[in-house]
Amino acid sequence: MSTRLATGGRLINRDAIQNFTFNGKKLRGFAGDTLASALLANDQMLVGRSFKYHRPRGIVASGAEEPNALVNMGQGARFEPNQRVTTTELFDGLTAQSQNHWPSLEYDIGAVNTHLARFLPAGFYYKMFIHPRPFWKHVYEPFIRFSAGLGKAPKDRDGDRYEYLYAHFDLAIIGGGIAGLQAALSAAQSGQRIIVMEQTAHWGGRAPVDGDVINGQGAAAWIAETIAALKAMPNVTLRLRMMGAGVYDHGYLLAYERLGDHRPDADTPRHRLWRIRAKHIVTATGAIERPLSFAGNDIPGVMLASAVRDYIVNFAVSPGDRVVIVTNNDDAYRTALAVHQAGLTVPAVIDARPAGGGALMEQARAAGIRVETGQAIASVKGGKRVSGVSLCQQAGEGGEIGTIDCDVVAMSGGWSPVVHLWSHCGGKLTWDAAQACFVPDPARAPTGADGQPFVTTAGAASGAMTAQDALHNAVDAVQTILGGAGAAPQAEAPEQAPLLPVWIMPQGAGVKLRQKMWLDYQNDVKVSDVQLAAQEGYESVEHAKRYTTLGMATDQGKLSNINGLAVLSGALNSPIPQVGTTTFRPPYTPISMGAIAGEARGEIFQPLRATPMQEWHIENGAYFEPVGHWRRPYCYPRGGETHADAVAREINATRGSLGLLDASTLGKILVKGPDAGRFLDMMYTNMMSNLAVGKCRYGLMCGENGFLFDDGVVARIDDDTWLCHTTSGGADHVHAHMEEWLQTEWWDWQVYTANVTEQYAQIAVVGPNARKVLEKLGGLDVSKDTLAFMQWTEGTLADIPVRVFRISFSGELSFEIAAPAAQGRALWDKLHAAGAEFGATAYGTEALHVMRAEKGFIMIGDETDGTVIPQDLNLNWALSKKKDDYLGKRAHLRSHMASAERWKLVGLETLDGSVLPDGAYAKASGKNANGQQHTQGRVTSTYYSPTLNRGIAMGLVRHGPDRMGEVLEFPKIDGTVVQAKIVNPVFFDKDGEKQNV
Amino acid sequence: MSEPVSPLNGAAYDGFVSVRETGSCGMITLRGDLSDPVVQGVVKTLTGVDIPAMGKITIGKTGCAWMSPDELLLLLPRADVSAALGEIAQAMRETHHLAADVSDARALFNITGAGVRDVLTKLTPADVSPVALPVGTMRRTRLAQVPAAIWIDDETTANVICFRSVARYMFDLLCTSAKPGGAPGLFAQGSEQ
Repeated sequence: MSTRLATGGRLINRDAIQNFTFNGKKLRGFAGDTLASALLANDQMLVGRSFKYHRPRGIVASGAEEPNALVNMGQGARFEPNQRVTTTELFDGLTAQSQNHWPSLEYDIGAVNTHLARFLPAGFYYKMFIHPRPFWKHVYEPFIRFSAGLGKAPKDRDGDRYEYLYAHFDLAIIGGGIAGLQAALSAAQSGQRIIVMEQTAHWGGRAPVDGDVINGQGAAAWIAETIAALKAMPNVTLRLRMMGAGVYDHGYLLAYERLGDHRPDADTPRHRLWRIRAKHIVTATGAIERPLSFAGNDIPGVMLASAVRDYIVNFAVSPGDRVVIVTNNDDAYRTALAVHQAGLTVPAVIDARPAGGGALMEQARAAGIRVETGQAIASVKGGKRVSGVSLCQQAGEGGEIGTIDCDVVAMSGGWSPVVHLWSHCGGKLTWDAAQACFVPDPARAPTGADGQPFVTTAGAASGAMTAQDALHNAVDAVQTILGGAGAAPQAEAPEQAPLLPVWIMPQGAGVKLRQKMWLDYQNDVKVSDVQLAAQEGYESVEHAKRYTTLGMATDQGKLSNINGLAVLSGALNSPIPQVGTTTFRPPYTPISMGAIAGEARGEIFQPLRATPMQEWHIENGAYFEPVGHWRRPYCYPRGGETHADAVAREINATRGSLGLLDASTLGKILVKGPDAGRFLDMMYTNMMSNLAVGKCRYGLMCGENGFLFDDGVVARIDDDTWLCHTTSGGADHVHAHMEEWLQTEWWDWQVYTANVTEQYAQIAVVGPNARKVLEKLGGLDVSKDTLAFMQWTEGTLADIPVRVFRISFSGELSFEIAAPAAQGRALWDKLHAAGAEFGATAYGTEALHVMRAEKGFIMIGDETDGTVIPQDLNLNWALSKKKDDYLGKRAHLRSHMASAERWKLVGLETLDGSVLPDGAYAKASGKNANGQQHTQGRVTSTYYSPTLNRGIAMGLVRHGPDRMGEVLEFPKIDGTVVQAKIVNPVFFDKDGEKQNV
Repeated sequence: MSEPVSPLNGAAYDGFVSVRETGSCGMITLRGDLSDPVVQGVVKTLTGVDIPAMGKITIGKTGCAWMSPDELLLLLPRADVSAALGEIAQAMRETHHLAADVSDARALFNITGAGVRDVLTKLTPADVSPVALPVGTMRRTRLAQVPAAIWIDDETTANVICFRSVARYMFDLLCTSAKPGGAPGLFAQGSEQ
């Protein structure tokens, strides 16, 4: 039985009862409990099943290192799997369910696997599931998916909110134990900006539980004083429930603050991900106790010695009445004393060291506790709960020399510094033989841009395991980083006897025992598995890890790694430091997906760009399509219209009378200066320097590699000013492209550019009645003689200042009108009002596309894909022969670019009038080396043309322009073939009469 | 002439700070050699202030912000933009420069209340502490996923400029950051812990 003790409990408030449920069972705990302590107080030791063998699993630890006790938490929008009960604070109304069992926690059919363990050795998946191949998909995978895995995936949208916080500190201290607090205190006088973060809800770490005495008083008093002093300092930020998750280059530190987990009713972000830039990072992350590897060490009731004492001292929870302690070091005697002081029984302390321990052992003996030295646990008795242990000599092979009945086995294999954050960014470790653990090597610290260390460890994280050593170490750390650290407080600690490294208990255990010694509880990796991996040739610790899955579970081997590699080292007969550790990667413990996403969800998942007319589009039922981050109307369906119907109506209205297009998204870049003409001659393939003021010219832009990447109309504004229009998605890119060339190559040319895209709303007024509607608005002479095709003018229309470009992308009489964005909507409304008598119709991007295709105009992104050059599109007329150079010119001379074999632009007309599938390939005869059909062309744009009442398409075809009238075959996905004739790509108004009226 | 319409029509929100779209500022992008006396002269004439040092902004009745080594942003009443552009063109007819009206290309937000730095620090990777972002400094940075410029008038007033097309995103972003219960208490006192 585990139960609540009548008195004590440093962290709980017995007046505040918290109700919660576990697997539907109604249970009660107190404010201040963790879910782990509350479960134990309700005698719920069994909390889950292991991953592979479905073995019963109980709570082992009391902190972030817990491998077993993971639960599905919450319901609906707040459901989350794999929540660690030892770090989950209890709140009223909490619901939790155990994981990885079927049909129930108590009776799990999968547990049959444990009897098949002989057939499920290390590398089982690799060995077993290779043959026969079809079995993988139809037998093995469904079976494994059903039986393996931990928590369930959430089904609902996350009901909480999350956020980031960017912060900048001179010194970031990770860990709020006595070392972290002392480091803060020593550093704070410097006036530097300091943050101290502690992953739990309490300051001080283990010191109060371990009975440390600092400056002659209990640790708790010192901690309270220190926190009060730090709080009074404006340069110090203190944060509880905030974990240092990862350390990265340049002092970048990710920290994970849990604001809402313990108070789900509060209107607050659940998690906040701190993205910290710190000049220096101190990791005062403490140490984790190691389990011991003895047979049956995974049976619920076998716990870390430190955890047993945590539950008693912090939460007044007795894990069991009779606690056998098994240890190789002095620290576990603290647990013996704590159990004894709580009025519970310690039947024996089994100390593997022949000579036993120091002062703490004497205290235990003085308290009347039986101590057996040089002994070991041969095996643990029990199934779902410990019922006893059988003893043997540590030096032997496991011959039983006695048994003890007990409910709990508290084990301690020594302590390992938490080196994770030190190691994330390259901090190296060194083997400390005396303490049998890896410790950070200060001589090989993670270094910053200046080659100097930017991470320093403090306290137990350095390997300084006693209070006195930890405090001194923290002061020394600050002295090294900042200087002026002052003196450390005085702490008292009992003398300790040396630890004895114990990696297998007993040291000569045979295979039967080794098969029951668990290293990784969550992934079911045993001593025998690691030894088998070594035997099969997995010498590298990284390979052995992946082969056995040691340390690959959600706890990332916090308990298992050191023991595992020590066993590996033994099996390889190679010293531990030579075997080394696996790589420590962030995050330290799993952080929520929500925290990683931060605020970016729902409406602000990503920025959506809106034109000044966006509201009108929404009000008028526009169906939108993404164009870069813009949302542009694709069409405006009315009533029951399909999109195709709407597009046809918009085109017919435009070609028949008057269409209006929101073209505000077009890029607009001002280029000005004495060298602007010369510059634009380099940017565009055609000549821009000789463009007359008042005129427009269509231009092409290639990169250095010769591929076409943008196009648009350029207008000469005045002697040294040009306005370059770019594609909608291309404005930022083209602007950056221009600036790059100006800043890196032609820095001495006198040219300035400005991206003024968003300053203007732009409206295309298109169709036979376009001029009439502008004349109705009044204020500007737009007659054919004053404003000829490819000219622009400026003035006012309906009292709105405008610039009017007479350009056409549809083949119709067309004016593009730029107005200040703040008056764009007003102009749009006035055009609709004035155009009502002409049936003014807003059209979307699809109508725009169809109309330009009817005219054979290319579209960047349809006819081009980054591999197409202007020559492919028969745009040789736009490649200036007068200019010495332009970007892409040299590339166009290369043999493959100049080849006559390149696919070239043609029109395609299906013989049956149908619409060709987009991207379809034209068959050629024969097959290639891979048995694939040869091709000779592909469709780049394809539409139904309401104007011509048939499908039209453009495509790139080998020797295309020389093959007019030839019929090509385009296989479709359904297996049928469409025949299409090669034609001129200009399908409509070939002479351009309509736009020249 | 139609009344100019700001992107969000003056949208406002009250959280642990208040967020308000302010729309009526005139803005001119001026590029040129900032060490040229002609440039310095015309800026002084138009705004009444000297060209600010790198990263600085000077706000009086009108304002001038340093945008890059060869770019300034002049802030002035909308009604004065057209005349100012004329003055620049006249004064700098012999001096290589570029001046453009960008009043409509931007959206402007005003944030008020204790905790303006706390709202910003959740959105920008820039250091917005009083040391790194004192009054008189304008920081070009990003807020979440879009470019922005920010400056502080005093400890309870901050300003944000972004592009017009993302005004809605910026407003929603600032409101989300300013939601009650989300005050991190990093710069402003009196919140959590």
